[in-house]
Amino acid sequence: MSTQEKKRQEHNKEQQPAEAAKTLPWWRVVLDVALLPFLAIITALALSSIFIIISDTELLALWRHVFSEPGVVLSASLKKLELSYGALISGGLGNPSAIWDGLRTWIQTGDSTKLITSLEGIDRTLVYSTPYIFAGLAVALGFRCGLFNIGVEGQLFVGAMAATYIGYSIKGLPMLIHLPLALTAGALAGAIWSAIAGLLKAYTGAHEVVTTIMLNYVAFRLSDYMLTGPMKRSGFNPVSPPVEKSAWLPKLAPDPLRFHAGFFLALIVAYFVYWFLWKSTWGFEIRTVGANPNAARYAGMSIAKNFILAMAVSGALAGLSGTSEILGVNHFMAQAFSSGYGFDSIALALLGKSHPLGVVLASLLWGFLRAGATRMQSAADIPIDIVQIIQGMVIVFVAAPALVRMIWRIRAIAEEGETIFTRGWGT
Amino acid sequence: MTPVLELRNITKRFPGVLANDHINLTLEEGEIHALLGENGAGKTTLMNILYGLYKADEGEILVRGKPVEIRSPSDAIALGIGMVHQHFMLVPVMTVTENIMLGAEVTKFGPFLDRAAAAQRIRELSRTYGLEVDPEAYIKDLPVGVQQRVEILKLLYRKADILILDEPTAVLTPQEVEELFEVIRSLVAKGNSVIFITHKLKEVMAIADRVTVLRRGRVVGTTRPEETTEEELAAMMVGREVSLVVEKKPARPGDVVLSVRDLHVRDERGEPAVRGVDLDVRAGEIVGIAGVQGNGQTELVEAITGLREPEKGTIHIKGVDVTWASSRQFFEQGAAHVPEDRQRDGLVLSYPVRDNLILNMYYKPPFAIGFRIQEKPIEENARRLVQEFDIRTPDIYTPVANLSGGNQQKVIVAREFSRPIDLLVASQPTRGLDVGSIEYIHKRLVAKRDEGCAVLLVSSELDEIMALSDRIAVMYEGEIMAVIPAEEATREQLGLLMAGVRPEETSEKAQAPAA
Repeated sequence: MSTQEKKRQEHNKEQQPAEAAKTLPWWRVVLDVALLPFLAIITALALSSIFIIISDTELLALWRHVFSEPGVVLSASLKKLELSYGALISGGLGNPSAIWDGLRTWIQTGDSTKLITSLEGIDRTLVYSTPYIFAGLAVALGFRCGLFNIGVEGQLFVGAMAATYIGYSIKGLPMLIHLPLALTAGALAGAIWSAIAGLLKAYTGAHEVVTTIMLNYVAFRLSDYMLTGPMKRSGFNPVSPPVEKSAWLPKLAPDPLRFHAGFFLALIVAYFVYWFLWKSTWGFEIRTVGANPNAARYAGMSIAKNFILAMAVSGALAGLSGTSEILGVNHFMAQAFSSGYGFDSIALALLGKSHPLGVVLASLLWGFLRAGATRMQSAADIPIDIVQIIQGMVIVFVAAPALVRMIWRIRAIAEEGETIFTRGWGT
Repeated sequence: MTPVLELRNITKRFPGVLANDHINLTLEEGEIHALLGENGAGKTTLMNILYGLYKADEGEILVRGKPVEIRSPSDAIALGIGMVHQHFMLVPVMTVTENIMLGAEVTKFGPFLDRAAAAQRIRELSRTYGLEVDPEAYIKDLPVGVQQRVEILKLLYRKADILILDEPTAVLTPQEVEELFEVIRSLVAKGNSVIFITHKLKEVMAIADRVTVLRRGRVVGTTRPEETTEEELAAMMVGREVSLVVEKKPARPGDVVLSVRDLHVRDERGEPAVRGVDLDVRAGEIVGIAGVQGNGQTELVEAITGLREPEKGTIHIKGVDVTWASSRQFFEQGAAHVPEDRQRDGLVLSYPVRDNLILNMYYKPPFAIGFRIQEKPIEENARRLVQEFDIRTPDIYTPVANLSGGNQQKVIVAREFSRPIDLLVASQPTRGLDVGSIEYIHKRLVAKRDEGCAVLLVSSELDEIMALSDRIAVMYEGEIMAVIPAEEATREQLGLLMAGVRPEETSEKAQAPAA
């Protein structure tokens, strides 16, 4: 017996090294998770330089002489790039010396004008990021359940409509009641709208990609109708009446800055989504259904229930995205008030690996790029579309990690983790 | 004489694993060479290198004395090397002829297929090798054994003379195995050479001319069946003494725990899969369900465990009607289920060991209070079970995808066996596992029985059924042909039942087994 035990132990020992090699220290994993998106961004920026140069006709003409006078051509190109990316950074983050200057003037003289002007870049980035965070979380949560919610844009419109309606139709309420009411209305409307797709998927097997796209069109036309009919304010334009001040998300910075409480609400919601997915039984079910529906069924989970729940929560987040724009920035609803937040959010969920923290970081990047693009256009005469090229390339590189690994010659580590985006058609 | 095939110093590394470590192997002309080893020993890797699916890091391959480079399966086929995979590569809705000519089409008048010419060649080949097949039949209508013949014909049609058969007997009845052996013998008699991959010792003894044993990527030795014994081969394979018999005391059956009456279940295509099954499993006994795969065992287990709705009939656990119960209600009755396909149903591969150990108990205290997941009890549970069930994992946070098959199965066994249960349904609990893990799981199953648990064991391995069961029920085409006390059962009798020969006919057939 004892000899057999001994042999068994030897057997164990033999097996150990191969298995031990498969785990890596946590920092290595974190580095790998963060490194690839970072390199993807760098690669995208580098490649975008080509487009920046091409977009400048004078510079492009100069490139004909690249062989006769390489020095001149290259320095002109570098200058252009410096100007462009400089404008991108100062547009999105502001100029550090200007901020320092503004701060000093404010402390010394009490005049805050300079400081406020210098903070406009950062303000724009944070304000732009806010709806992205909500919408990105909506898509990410769907991905975790194996659902591809393309209907975020539509849910965002429906949520915005509900919040706007509560915002202007009820008067005289204190803010402590009116604001939560409007936020809830926005979230609820988005949840109901996307739960339709969840129900269709759960009970008829209709693929959510198809149904959410269709529901988008319904939502767009519905909002057109509402804004030209029942919700139209008196006057010529198809816009809603202004939202009562009691339903505004409090503004946290003086004019002309637009920074409002919606940003912090987004961060709180992101934490809530993290808690929901990883610390609650509901989230455990949703993730299990997403990772392996067969195992979920085996474990006694209802796949139908989780599809509906995940779609509803995803829709609520999408609804909040529109709601925060209305209550925090616009304070009324106009046709096409969202410039594609819902569609960009798919990219954000991919970039953020469907993790709330990743989504927040990706949203900040997107907000920054959008904020910087405006400055880049005015200061360096770069078409604003260049930012979409950068964004597009970031997505390409994030979606194709093998490409980035090849370019930067990084060895792959074995584990990709439990990142599930969506399952194939008709499953 | 130069060997038809020679592998010299083949080495293949995967990250963290040495899959093949300087392997040497020779195959003589007209030889049946068995390649024996546990799962993960490197058999399949080696054959994939030979078939051009992987590239070896070191070493060389010689075909008929000439060094060759095999970069793809088409290179392999051109050299006369053909492989029958464990899972057949056939298109069910096409005929035998179409399947065989697929990728090597005969045409006439330019692009038009010449089915007649191909069918003619197939008939000739069948006649030469005694591989009876109707070239016009559709694959989906053919029994598994015949489908396998089609796979072999496919290779012969492509003029392969070095045939690799990867675990060819896994899906066959004992009688079909005998027929396959006849075919293999006629193949080598006509000058072909065969590499026969298996982990079953009996088959090696029955058919091989020579056997090479692999363990952990290394050749342990090459020998002849007549010069060795099963026990010796098992020891070579595992690297230590193995007990091939399961030690167990006689069963002391108690009350009926699971009771199935006139159960009818349809499969996903809507075809009847279980047709009027009556079955009782008592506390403290193991009832084994023997049968060739695909005779309704899967659907029977799914109906019992709440994963599939029966068409009619009743299922009771401890007197409670669970006919229409969900999987959750099944577990709540104090029952456990080791599912047939562990990676599909039993585990979430991307989840850590920790979460897989509570996969169907996550909502219960102490693992959750209300809807809040409790990290601490979950981790304590995981640590305890990893220790108790000897799960080899670097830590409890490792995704189960990174564990070996045996350890993945131990995760399921740990989860299902560790809570108080009265009924255990275990489906193919040792499929694809190494001998060490099989031994371990068998011991655990018997221990569970001795604790007074009712055990329903479904396995397509007849040896496993015979070694563990107290009573054996044989399933054929959705019906239970007979329930036999294990001590009275013989291989031959079970084999005939598995092939659909009724008990009353058995005595006659037993005298004329050739029929």
